[in-house]
Amino acid sequence: MASEGREKPEVGHDQAPAVSTKVDSIIKVLRVLAFLLTLDATLVMALNKQTKTFTVATIGTVPLRATLSAKFQHTPAFVFFVVANANAALHNLLMLAVAFAGSKLSLKGFAPLVVPVLDLVNVAIVSGGASAAVFMGQLGRNGNSHARWNKICDKFESYCNRGGAAMISSLVGVLLMIIICAVSIVRIRNHYAGYNKLPLNSSVLP
Amino acid sequence: MLLLRLIALGASVCAIVVMVTSHDSAQVFGMSISAKYSNIPTFKYFVLVNAIASGYTLILLFIPSKNSCGHMILVLDLVVALLLDSSISACVAIGLVGKKGNTHAGWLPICGQVPKFCDHVTGAIAAGFIAAIAYFLVVLYSLHSVMNLFAPRA
Repeated sequence: MASEGREKPEVGHDQAPAVSTKVDSIIKVLRVLAFLLTLDATLVMALNKQTKTFTVATIGTVPLRATLSAKFQHTPAFVFFVVANANAALHNLLMLAVAFAGSKLSLKGFAPLVVPVLDLVNVAIVSGGASAAVFMGQLGRNGNSHARWNKICDKFESYCNRGGAAMISSLVGVLLMIIICAVSIVRIRNHYAGYNKLPLNSSVLP
Repeated sequence: MLLLRLIALGASVCAIVVMVTSHDSAQVFGMSISAKYSNIPTFKYFVLVNAIASGYTLILLFIPSKNSCGHMILVLDLVVALLLDSSISACVAIGLVGKKGNTHAGWLPICGQVPKFCDHVTGAIAAGFIAAIAYFLVVLYSLHSVMNLFAPRA
């Protein structure tokens, strides 16, 4: 199996897992990247604002001007996007700290289980936020003629472009976080492998 | 475990059926507005993801249980659960726009004109939500059986 090819077998029961440090450093690099990407998505979307003045009507020779602004708070999906990415950035930062200080702390019992579980939860939340924002952005870019919803991207171009960039970085961050999550889950199997000698012949689908 | 997968299968098939049969038309100011699920790409994505989930679960029910595939099944379970979660999140976002409109963008709510469509879509999203929760439980159960996570300490 692929996972066993990557990591050395476990030596003791309760020590810090004797996995190869190459996997450790890869995970750290991935977490740094994921942290930067989600932070970048949060900041770009949170500072996304554009104000434009339009000529609404003309009375005689005097044009009536209206100032319209596009902010991210107008759309609940983008608010959720910002919150979810901020949460994921914070989570990645905390997990980075745990990864760097992990060898000094002795984690017993269920404590090493917390990292993959939180990873899973955060992946789910951020993927939900990213997909909601992507579809709202697609609605803004193309409009929907059946519902008589006009597109807004032809008027607020830089707002749309910045939103698109934030969505792309968030989606790549989700991809990285999925990989990190999978590797974390595989690692706790090796961590707990010394605890019970049950062969893994038990069927997956009872 | 089998029961969980059956529940998930049933919920996602339900979601597909309810979404596909949602359509409504109304006459407004002499124009006829007709709303179908395929007009909105988000709902098409919802149907697609639920179809993937149903097909995957259906195939899994027929495969005899092999432990060598356990990890692959776990990873695929995770991916499908994430896809389901993202699809309902997107549908809820679009549904909010349809129900309340977005005054800043000049988007009027359409639920007043096509109430049957809105109710149908709400039902489909609820079924999709149940499917997502069921899949999340399936992932947890797969984790437990493949990884022996919650075994007591030696």
